[in-house]
Amino acid sequence: MKPLLRLLTCGSVDDGKSTLIGRLLHDCGAVAKDKLEGLTDFSLLADGLEAEREQGITIDVAYLYFASAARRFILADCPGHEQYTRNMATGASNADLAIVLIDATRGVLTQTRRHSMIAHLLGIRQFVLAVNKMDLVGFDRARFDGIAADYSAFAEAIGIDRVTAIPVSALGGDNVMERSERTPWYDGPSLLGCLDEVEGEPAPALPFRMPVQSVIRDSGRLYAGTIATGAVRPGDRISIAPAGTAAEVARIVTMDGELAEASAGQAVAIALTEEVDCSRGDMLAAGSPEVADQFEATLVWMQDEPLLPGRQYLLKLGTRTVPATVQEPKYKIGIDTNEQLAAKSLALNEIGVAIVHTALPIAFEPYAQSRALGGFILIDRLSAATVAAGMVHFALRRSENVHAQELAITPALRAGLKQQRPKLLWFTGLSGAGKSTIANLVEAKLHARGRHTFLLDGDNVRLGLNNDLGFTAADRVENIRRAGEAAKLMMDAGLIVLTAFISPFRAERAMVRALVPDGDFIEIFIDTPLAEAERRDTKGLYKKARAGKLANFTGVDSPYEAPEAPEIRIDTLAMDVDAAADLIVSKLDV
Amino acid sequence: MTLDPLRRLEAEAIQIIREAAAEAERPVMLFSGGKDSCVMLHLARKAFFPARPPFPLLHVDTGWKFAELYALRDELAAEAGMGLIVHRNPEAEAKGINPFEHGASLHTELWKTEGLKQALDAGRFDMAFGGARRDEEMSRAKERVFSVRSPGHGWDPKRQRPELWRLYNGRLAPGETMRVFPLSDWTERDIWAYVAAEGLKVASLYFAAERQTAIHDGALLIVDDERAKLATTVRRVRVRTVGCWPLTGAVESEAATIAEIVAEMVRDGTSERAGRLIDKDQTASMERKKRQGYF
Ligand SMILES: Nc1nc2c(ncn2[C@@H]2O[C@H](COP(=O)(O)OP(=O)(O)O)[C@@H](O)[C@H]2O)c(=O)[nH]1
Repeated sequence: MKPLLRLLTCGSVDDGKSTLIGRLLHDCGAVAKDKLEGLTDFSLLADGLEAEREQGITIDVAYLYFASAARRFILADCPGHEQYTRNMATGASNADLAIVLIDATRGVLTQTRRHSMIAHLLGIRQFVLAVNKMDLVGFDRARFDGIAADYSAFAEAIGIDRVTAIPVSALGGDNVMERSERTPWYDGPSLLGCLDEVEGEPAPALPFRMPVQSVIRDSGRLYAGTIATGAVRPGDRISIAPAGTAAEVARIVTMDGELAEASAGQAVAIALTEEVDCSRGDMLAAGSPEVADQFEATLVWMQDEPLLPGRQYLLKLGTRTVPATVQEPKYKIGIDTNEQLAAKSLALNEIGVAIVHTALPIAFEPYAQSRALGGFILIDRLSAATVAAGMVHFALRRSENVHAQELAITPALRAGLKQQRPKLLWFTGLSGAGKSTIANLVEAKLHARGRHTFLLDGDNVRLGLNNDLGFTAADRVENIRRAGEAAKLMMDAGLIVLTAFISPFRAERAMVRALVPDGDFIEIFIDTPLAEAERRDTKGLYKKARAGKLANFTGVDSPYEAPEAPEIRIDTLAMDVDAAADLIVSKLDV
Repeated sequence: MTLDPLRRLEAEAIQIIREAAAEAERPVMLFSGGKDSCVMLHLARKAFFPARPPFPLLHVDTGWKFAELYALRDELAAEAGMGLIVHRNPEAEAKGINPFEHGASLHTELWKTEGLKQALDAGRFDMAFGGARRDEEMSRAKERVFSVRSPGHGWDPKRQRPELWRLYNGRLAPGETMRVFPLSDWTERDIWAYVAAEGLKVASLYFAAERQTAIHDGALLIVDDERAKLATTVRRVRVRTVGCWPLTGAVESEAATIAEIVAEMVRDGTSERAGRLIDKDQTASMERKKRQGYF
């Protein structure tokens, strides 16, 4: 048996994709008799969900299974229209080969080019061009040759060099399973013949790499994982990335006995000769793999909420999950034209290139070398949804060059001298809610008790440290990031820090919370309804915003995401500022 | 070196099981004693060898399973050295819900769907492994390997996450839970090939033998106990999937070995779940059940 082949099918609506898939499944005996009863149209076989049938559309990737006499196939069927980028990228990520369907009466369409681009971008190198509905053009050779030439010219331009064009009729079955007598002029293989013969992509000869999934504790410690690239034998000298610790392989353990060698694709557990520091997320590697915390990568954006440059997401690569931020994209890719377009963000289904920073260094390979070690996903910290898929190009700066400086005097020593526990009192609320006023009073009361404090006020910080930032969503994110970092430095200096920033987004408040030790971030929600803040309008800003003279004003044309579980909530309609400050101080353990 | 297809499926399933167990806080593995669940348990043991899998097994019982399956379930759980939780929906128990008097739909909904939700909530399990395969049924063809369930366990196809490469996102928002399907890419034939290759013990019900049977509501049943008072006839039969015995359609067959089973499957060409009576109640019934929280 030949190795399993994973396929992706792409085509525009009505090119006959469902018909072709239905025919392949049926003729390979993958469709059960009870499902065929009364079925007149093969395309019905490939349509899945009730919701989809009701709306007459396909919304998701379907995985279908069939086998010929020669090999097994897993086919990812992606819808041709809605959400096509997201679905196409998902289907392509594991595929070895793409079948691109073209309607012979319509020729190469914009959709055809888009789908091929995405498949190629995700790493597919082999393409089969199925020119369908040949019956409608009288099995005309010139028509087929013309379309094949059109497609080849486009394919070559974007770097696809392996294309097999086949004239087919999905409806009549011509050249699907067997060569058809109606195309005597065609001397290539049938579609299935072609799929049977294709050689899987040869794995590039890379050194041994295995991301550690978990540590199995038995008599000793075993590092469990699936080998991503290369091979390993007992006695091999390896290293543990990203730390770079040296180690030696003692045994390769499986339930079927110990192995003398294991290679890419195998799930094993590895014992090392000496005790070392190694846990989930680390990588066992021959030699020293590249480790970095800044990369250039292609990103495919996959959720409704667009990319916010500077926002902290979680990045998962291999088995490692670390906080990461994305810079403003260098450009986005015009899928129809393959042009580089200017972009400040990426919206759903957009593809772009950007610099990604990870909070900790990670070991990786460029995506072109290894999908397993160069592909990553970005996860939203709050909703836990997968928001983007990324492919690493290269590292910008090797992390070896940056090391956190070890300091002799620690934050705990500094705080000890002041006889206090540093805290971050984070005031959030609408403009005019009373954040600055109340924070001022709280600071005065703490000061009176002999506490060492510092108040970082939003307006003051914007006059200095952040005077290069505006009020777009991305700038607001950066504003809070810097404020959070500054507050953290002051806490390290031993201070109780108070901040008064609107800080409208939950995600950034969560990011700052994650910066400081557990329990030291006190979120104080100054809860003043919009109508009341606007009535007070102490700085006249609401009036300006309503008059259209101030853009991106929180509450007016920019959102405020109220805290869901603040440590302290102050209802300013229910108490005056002095009572509010007393309440806050009473709730603090300082 | 490329792995043969069966070994590749095995390695991919082990990777999935390890990944899910590492990302979940309180995982659990659904286990019924059927062939898919036997394969899944075996893979879990391989994934954590020489240690024991770091999660218990959970059987959502209905009181109407085949006696042989109860025995096999207990035997395999003990052999694996894993804890076994058996849950029976107390409400269904109190009302005496059964497939003969209350119909397949209500029986399944109360005993299995509701029972499963109760058991997951009671154990505060945030992740449950299931043995479902994508080739079983059309609405499963679009299922993820890591399938997020909303608070209340419902399956919302629109909220499923894109799943690229073999990179699984096991994180959860508050109230969400995860179902993980390590056998997603396996077909019925892979299951049998693997059972044969690994010499796994599976229920004898899958192999043809003379058994007490009855035709009830147009379906051929293997009568496993006296409760239904059916007039029985001895026939040479076997099953392709096992569920509650009153809901499991049997087929007359001579296939007594795995090779014969596979040959019969190819020759006969009906779908595996054709014998499952719960699927026939309504069109798109599997999809609806999933939305309610069924596997
Ligand atoms: N004449 C002809 N019609 C075809 C062929 N393949 C598909 N069709 C028809 O084209 C229409 C769209 O086919 P379908 O498979 O649903 O397209 P999809 O949207 O790409 O899945 C249907 O009416 C099919 O019967 C073919 O080879 N020849």
